[in-house]
Amino acid sequence: MENAKSWISTRSGGKLVAALAAKSKHLTAEQMAAKQREISVSEFFAKNRHLLGFDNPRKALLTTIKEAVDNSLDACEEAGILPEILVEIHQLEEDRFRVVIEDNGPGIVKAQVPNIFGKLLYGSKFHSRRQSRGQQGIGISAAGLYGQMTTGKGPLIVSKTKRGKAHRFQIQLDSTKNKPVITKDDELDEWHLKHGTRFEINIEARYQRGKGSVDDYIKQTAVANPHARFVYRAPVDEEERVYDRAVKDVPERADEIKPHPYGVELGELMKMLRTTNSRWLSGFLQEEFCRVGPKVAKEIIAKAKLGERSYPSRIAREEADALYRAIQDTKISAPPTTCLSPIGEERIREGLMKECDADFYSVATRPPAVYRGNPFQIEVGIAWSKPGDDRLDVDEKGRIRKTKKKRGTFDTEDLLGNADEPVRLLRFANRVPLLSQQSGCGFTKAVIGTAWKNYGLSQSKGALPLGSAVILIHMASVWVPFTSEAKEAIAPYNEILKEVKLALQEAGRKLGAHIRKNKRVAAEFEKRTYIEKYLPHVGIGLQEILGISDEDREDLVNTLHESMENTRKI
Amino acid sequence: MAAKKKASKKTAAKKVTKKKAVAKKTASRKKAATRKAAASDVDATRAELREVALSSIQDVAQGVYKTGHTGGLPQLTMPQRNLANVSYDPKKGYFEMKGNLKTRTLDVNSVKTFAQTLRLMSLAKEMVAEEDFATKREAYYVSKNWGEAKFNEQRESDTVLDDIEGMFSIHDVTRETLRFVPEEHGGSVVGALTVIDRDPETHEEIRSDCAAMGSGAYTVPSSVDHLGFETSAEFVLAIETGGMFQRLNHHRYWRTANCILVEMGGVPTRATRRFVRRLADDLKLPVYAFVDCDPYGVCNIYRTLKVGSGSAAHVNRNFCVPTATFLGVTPDDIEEYGLQDATHPLQPVDVKRAKDALKNDPFFQAHPKWKKALNKMLKMGVRAEQQAFAKWGLNFVIEEYLPRKLRERKKFLP
Repeated sequence: MENAKSWISTRSGGKLVAALAAKSKHLTAEQMAAKQREISVSEFFAKNRHLLGFDNPRKALLTTIKEAVDNSLDACEEAGILPEILVEIHQLEEDRFRVVIEDNGPGIVKAQVPNIFGKLLYGSKFHSRRQSRGQQGIGISAAGLYGQMTTGKGPLIVSKTKRGKAHRFQIQLDSTKNKPVITKDDELDEWHLKHGTRFEINIEARYQRGKGSVDDYIKQTAVANPHARFVYRAPVDEEERVYDRAVKDVPERADEIKPHPYGVELGELMKMLRTTNSRWLSGFLQEEFCRVGPKVAKEIIAKAKLGERSYPSRIAREEADALYRAIQDTKISAPPTTCLSPIGEERIREGLMKECDADFYSVATRPPAVYRGNPFQIEVGIAWSKPGDDRLDVDEKGRIRKTKKKRGTFDTEDLLGNADEPVRLLRFANRVPLLSQQSGCGFTKAVIGTAWKNYGLSQSKGALPLGSAVILIHMASVWVPFTSEAKEAIAPYNEILKEVKLALQEAGRKLGAHIRKNKRVAAEFEKRTYIEKYLPHVGIGLQEILGISDEDREDLVNTLHESMENTRKI
Repeated sequence: MAAKKKASKKTAAKKVTKKKAVAKKTASRKKAATRKAAASDVDATRAELREVALSSIQDVAQGVYKTGHTGGLPQLTMPQRNLANVSYDPKKGYFEMKGNLKTRTLDVNSVKTFAQTLRLMSLAKEMVAEEDFATKREAYYVSKNWGEAKFNEQRESDTVLDDIEGMFSIHDVTRETLRFVPEEHGGSVVGALTVIDRDPETHEEIRSDCAAMGSGAYTVPSSVDHLGFETSAEFVLAIETGGMFQRLNHHRYWRTANCILVEMGGVPTRATRRFVRRLADDLKLPVYAFVDCDPYGVCNIYRTLKVGSGSAAHVNRNFCVPTATFLGVTPDDIEEYGLQDATHPLQPVDVKRAKDALKNDPFFQAHPKWKKALNKMLKMGVRAEQQAFAKWGLNFVIEEYLPRKLRERKKFLP
C-alpha cells in the first residue's frame, strides 16, 4: 500500500497540486500548504479513469470483463484448476449493462473478499516477481468503482472455497478513503459450484461487435488459453457461445523470483536498501537479488568502493548511486527462467487451430531472454489461409486433387481477413490479449520491421504484410513493460523487438516454404488442367486429318494424357 | 518443277527482248523498247502441288498419331526461323536456311500450340482439298470455333502459321500451296509498266497501265506470280516512304527518268519483294533502293528487300531481289550533300540495331563496303531521312540528287 501511495503522489499528485495552485493567483506558501494534501487512489482514478481503460462506455465494458477474466484465469492456474469461465452481458437499458463473470477457481476466503474487490491497489501480484496476468491489483476494484460511479451500485460478489460456505457480498467503495463498505453479507446454504467466484456489476457501457470488442477479447483469450473453457452470452445472441478447451492440463505454475540487479532502478535500489532485513551490504545483495553470490557481491562492492560490511540502511544517496553504477558495470548472469510460463508451441498451435480455420499453422518459440533484468520469452504463431475457396492436395501417386474448402462452424471471419487485407495481429502479454493501441505497440513495430516478402506475403514499406493470415505474438514475463496502465501496448525495448523479430523470422521461414510449395502445386495444377483443356484438340486435329474413329481418338488422347502426366513431377 | 519450267520459258523470251533493247538503245534513248514477261504457268503444277501438300499433311499427322499411340511423346520438327539459322552466299544472293531444326515435343507447355498446329493443318488440308483459301486473319477467326483451343490474338495464329509454313517448307510446300494467303497487300507502283492480270471469274485479261494512274498508283496484289508485264522503263526505284513516293509521282519523275517507282512502305511485304523480283528477273531491270540513312532503312528495309529475312528463310529464294543495289541515302551523302544540320542523333535502339547487324547479320559481314558504311554511320552518330533534301528546296531530290546519283551507279552500295 505504501508503495502504491508513493507512486500516486510522485507521479501525478504533484502535478495536480501544481495545477490547483496555478488557478488562483498570488498565494502565499502558507495558503498553498493548506491545500496540499494526500490524494486517495480512488479519487485519482475517478479523475484519470482513461489511464485504466475506462475512457468510453464501449471500452469500459471490455475492461471490466477483461479484468475479471484475467483474475479468474490467474486464480485457477495458481490453484491448478482447469478454468471454466462464464461471461454474461445483460442489457438493462440503452446504456446500462449487467456484467457477470463466474469462475471455478479456488474461491476467496471471506475476510479478503471486500478488500480484493473494494480497494484499489490491493492484491498479491504487485510485489511478486512471478508471471501473472494481473500486475497492479488495480483492475477489478477499478471496475467496481467505475460501476458504482456510473450506476450508483457497487459490485456483488459470491465466492466459495472448497471448505467454506458460499458468501454473498454487496460492496460499496468509499472512494475518498479507498476502503470497501460492505452493505450486505449473506451466507448461502447452497451454491451451484463447489468452489469459485462470481462477480456481478452494473455499469454504464455500450456493446458493439468488431475489432477490440468483448467478443474479440473472449475469442483471443480462448486462442491463448487453450486449456480454458469459456461460455459467453452476449446481449444480442440467442444462444451462448462455447469455446471449448483443446488441451486438458493446466499450465505449470511459474516460480517466483527475486529481482535481477540489472532490472532495478536507483530509486528502487535505495528503497530496498532502506527496508531490507540484511545487516551487511554483501548479504543484502545476495539475499534481495537473484544471481548474486558472494563473489559477484564482492565485485560490486569493490567497484562501488564500499565496505562489504556496510550497514545497508545507512548507505547515502551518493553511495547508492555508486552501488547502482557498480551493478551495471559488473557481469552478472541472466536471471533464471523458471519464473516464466510460456504457452508452448503445441498449445499455441492448438489454440490457433481451434479458433482459426486456416490452411497452415507455423509456430516458433525463442529461448528466454532478458530486458532490464526481467526475464521474458517470446512465442509466435502464424495461421495462414490460402486465398480462394479451393484446396489442392497431392496424393501419394503425385496426382493433384482440387477440393472445395470446408468451412467449419467457427466464426472465423473476424480473425482471418481477406487476402488483400493486412494480416490480423493477435498480441498477448502473459496470455492476456492486447486489444487496442496496436499501432503504438512494440510487437507491431517488430512485425512491420520484418521482411515478409521473403516469406511469401506482400508488404508495402512501413506497413503490416497483406494476407489472409493471423500473426500471434505472446510475451511471457514477470514484468511486462506496458506503455500505460490500461495494459494495451508493449513498450518497444530493443531486446524485446529483437526477440520478436527472430521468432517471426523463424515462423515466417516455415510459412514461406509452405506458400512457395503451395504456389508450386497451384502452378503444376494449372499446367495439368492445361493438358486436360488442350489435349482433346490434338485428338480432334488428328481425327480430321487422318479420318480416324471416335474411339481411336479417345484412346489416343488417353494414352497421351498418361504419357504426359508420367513425365511431371512436383 | 514449276520454277524450272517458268525459267526456261522466260529465258527464251528474254533473249529476244534483250537483243531488241540493245539495238534500240543505241538508236534513241527516249524511245525505249518494250520488254514483256508472261504470267507464270501456275495452273499446270497446281494439281501436282496439291497432292504433295495433302500427303505431307497426312504424313506429319500420321507421325504424331503413331508416336502417341505407342506411348511416346510426339514431336513436330521445323526449321528455326531466325538470323542465326541463315547463311549468305553473295553468289547466290539471298539468305539460305542452314538447316537448324527445332522440335516441339508434346508437353504441358506446348500442348496448346501443338493442338492449334494440328487444327490449322486440318484447316489447310480442307482448303487444299476444296481449292479454297484463307487469309491469316480468316484463319484466326476460324479458330474461334475451337472452344478452348482458340487463338486470342492474330499474332498467335500468325506464329503458328509461320511454324507450319516452315515445317512444310522442308517438303517444298509453301504457305500459298497450303492455301493461306497473307492479308497484307503489296506496295504502290507507278511508271512505265503495264501489269497484265486476269479477271478471277471470267479469266479475261485486264491490263493496268501504271503510267495512267493519275495521282494514284497501282497496288501490288497479295499474289503476283500470275501477272504478266510490259515495260519500256530502264530501272526500278524502290522507295521507303510514301512521302517521297508522292513527290516523285506528283512531278512525274518516272517519266523524266524512264523508270518504275515502287513504294515499299517500310519493310517490303512478301508480295512486294516477289513483284520487284519478277521485274528484276523477267524484265531484266536493275533495281535501286532509295531509303532513309538509318539502321532501320539499311538493316531491315534494304537487307530484307535484297536478301530476305531470317524469319522467312525458307522462302527467301523467291522472295527477295538479290540484284538490288543501294542508291541512298548513304552516310557519305550526308557529307556530300551538306545534310549535317538536317540529321537527328541515333537513338539507342538504332545503335543497337546497327551493332547487331555488324555482329550477327551474314549479309553485312559479307560486304566490307557495308561494314564501312555502317561503322561510319555509328561514328557520325546521326541519321538522315530521304526527305532531308528538302533543306535545299522541295525538288532538290528530283533535280539534283537522283540525277547525280544515277550518273555514278557504280558507287551504289552492294
